[in-house]
Amino acid sequence: MTEKMNIVEAVNQAIHDEMEADENVIAYGEDVGEDGGVFRATKGLQDEFGEDRVFSSPLAESGIAGTAIGMSLYGFRPVIEMQFSGFSYLSFYQIKEHASRMRIRSRGDYTVPLTMRAPYGGGISALEHHQESPETFFSHSQGLHVVIPSTPQDTYSLLRKSIQMDDPVVFLEPKKIYRAFKEDVDTEKEVDLEEARIVQEGQDVTLVAWGAMVPVAEDAADEIDADVEIIDLRTIYPADFDTIYESVEKTGRAMVLHEAPKSVGFGAEIAARIQENEILKMEAPVERVTAPDVPYPLYTLEDFYMPNKDRAVKGLERVLNF
Amino acid sequence: MREEVYSGSVERIEVMGTDDEDDFPWIEEDEYKELYKQMMIARKFDEKAFSLQRRGEISTYAPHKGQEAAQIGAMFALEEDDWVVPSFRETAAFIARGAPLDKIFQRWMGDANGQKNLSELNTLPVAIPVGTQNLHTAGLGMAMEKKDDENAVIGFTGDGSTSEGDFHEALNFAGVYSGHSIFFVQNNQYAISMPREKQTKSETIAQKAIAYGITGIQVDGNDLLAVIKAMEEALEKARNGEPVLIEAVTYRLEDHTTSDDSTRYRDEEEVEEWKEKDPLRKFKEYLKEHDIWDDELEEFEEKAKEKVDEAAQKAIDADEPEFDELFDYVYDEMPELLKQEKEQLKKEVDQ
Repeated sequence: MTEKMNIVEAVNQAIHDEMEADENVIAYGEDVGEDGGVFRATKGLQDEFGEDRVFSSPLAESGIAGTAIGMSLYGFRPVIEMQFSGFSYLSFYQIKEHASRMRIRSRGDYTVPLTMRAPYGGGISALEHHQESPETFFSHSQGLHVVIPSTPQDTYSLLRKSIQMDDPVVFLEPKKIYRAFKEDVDTEKEVDLEEARIVQEGQDVTLVAWGAMVPVAEDAADEIDADVEIIDLRTIYPADFDTIYESVEKTGRAMVLHEAPKSVGFGAEIAARIQENEILKMEAPVERVTAPDVPYPLYTLEDFYMPNKDRAVKGLERVLNF
Repeated sequence: MREEVYSGSVERIEVMGTDDEDDFPWIEEDEYKELYKQMMIARKFDEKAFSLQRRGEISTYAPHKGQEAAQIGAMFALEEDDWVVPSFRETAAFIARGAPLDKIFQRWMGDANGQKNLSELNTLPVAIPVGTQNLHTAGLGMAMEKKDDENAVIGFTGDGSTSEGDFHEALNFAGVYSGHSIFFVQNNQYAISMPREKQTKSETIAQKAIAYGITGIQVDGNDLLAVIKAMEEALEKARNGEPVLIEAVTYRLEDHTTSDDSTRYRDEEEVEEWKEKDPLRKFKEYLKEHDIWDDELEEFEEKAKEKVDEAAQKAIDADEPEFDELFDYVYDEMPELLKQEKEQLKKEVDQ
């Protein structure tokens, strides 16, 4: 079945359909119930599934994540919401040190099938702490899946898959493009979490991006006079490096575009892996277009901070003209 | 105008050496004996683990000597379908729960296989960070309420953990969601070197329950029967969705771990005072007073030692974990990326 949706509607539909399919799926977090979350991602779910399964929780990020671990161990599949990714750091300890390690510590005896959702990223002129891109922190936490969709179809399919996983998933939603566009979403379509998406094929340069940077990558590719292959990474960890290697073997050039600060951002990992595996195929060093190593600024400065089409084009020019 | 809008109170429970002895016998005679045996095994385990640490078989050990009554008493009234969330000092509780002794040694010897199959005992692996596991206690209790089950979960935590945010978030969640949770604080007077009175301005730890609208009970943690009584009351409430905080006032007779030196922060006189209240000795005297003591119990110390020695040897003789186990349980299905890293490391370490 197909239906036109934007990204936030796809989030809602995916949780809805998983709740319908499995009575152990529950959704909670701050304002998630009556309000449907501050972005309305869980709108209407409480009306349909009741307060027992969809509820607003006390304001406590560590509490939400830690209790979800306990609920998971008792057979539930909690889909918890961090109101903004900038507040997810308060849950970080529970996710990194408990959720991600329960399986290995118990030799596979216990699993923690929770999905932690959070709107992430900048570009919406929000308050401080509301625009962070924390994917690197979670990607450095072994035992987790870290997923970032960039289209309504991917949001729907990846979120359903995440909720079905027996391992914990951190699902970061690019809120800048929550309502940017609609597309037909096939609710039957299944995806593998370990597979990057080739957005468009090209011969001259490989451009890797995720989340709200994917449309920026597409705009930049449209503008530049070169044949750009765009890869949407989709799962940041464990990342599908093989698709990237295959692409750079063809193009010999690569650029990574992300919103998180440059140092130790996931682009660094991609550049390093390309260097380790494909150095002899490369015509130029891997280029990175990212945010600078400064805290996300108050919004009058955010246009300098966030990578945009022009910076992406300049980056592509540098790598093409090396 | 001013008026009192709230006032709360906390009760303390003691049994041995009080009028409550009139309750005697309130558990079966065999159970008194069984409890003593568990305490003795736990004591011998502690001594053995200590000597194994000195011999290099165990890297670091956290002794529970002095806290046997608190832990074993807490476990006594539990049913099989109740859950247990331990922190790192709950070796006596693991023994009472029926975890194989050799497995407990195996985990202290650095092999996570000692934590395998704990789900059969509805018991979680130990939590090493301080206080974070209280949220798992809360979550399990919330889940029981949601499933309309009539069981409960006991989560162990220490006096130090009551300064952690997660402790307070856990009590709050449990209260709000009618969790079937019992938060069992072993107030052993020190969080490593930090004495209880510098940990919190609260007169008791039990009174912290009041802030969250749940019941708080203080109990003499060296009085096995008092702990059982407190737990029986708590379980009745928790099974009905009324969480309880129990503060068991006890004392860690040894160091925090084998890496610690408690003579630097507490004086001998204080330790001697608490030795007088040794829960094992206290219970032995109680059994004698009530004519339950017999030759079998008299001889059990030697048997317990043998049992513990055998288990320790079994753990020493157990196979070391294999290289593959470093990777095998990280994910349900091993990601391609990890498979590649595994192969690479395998070559580097010549496996």
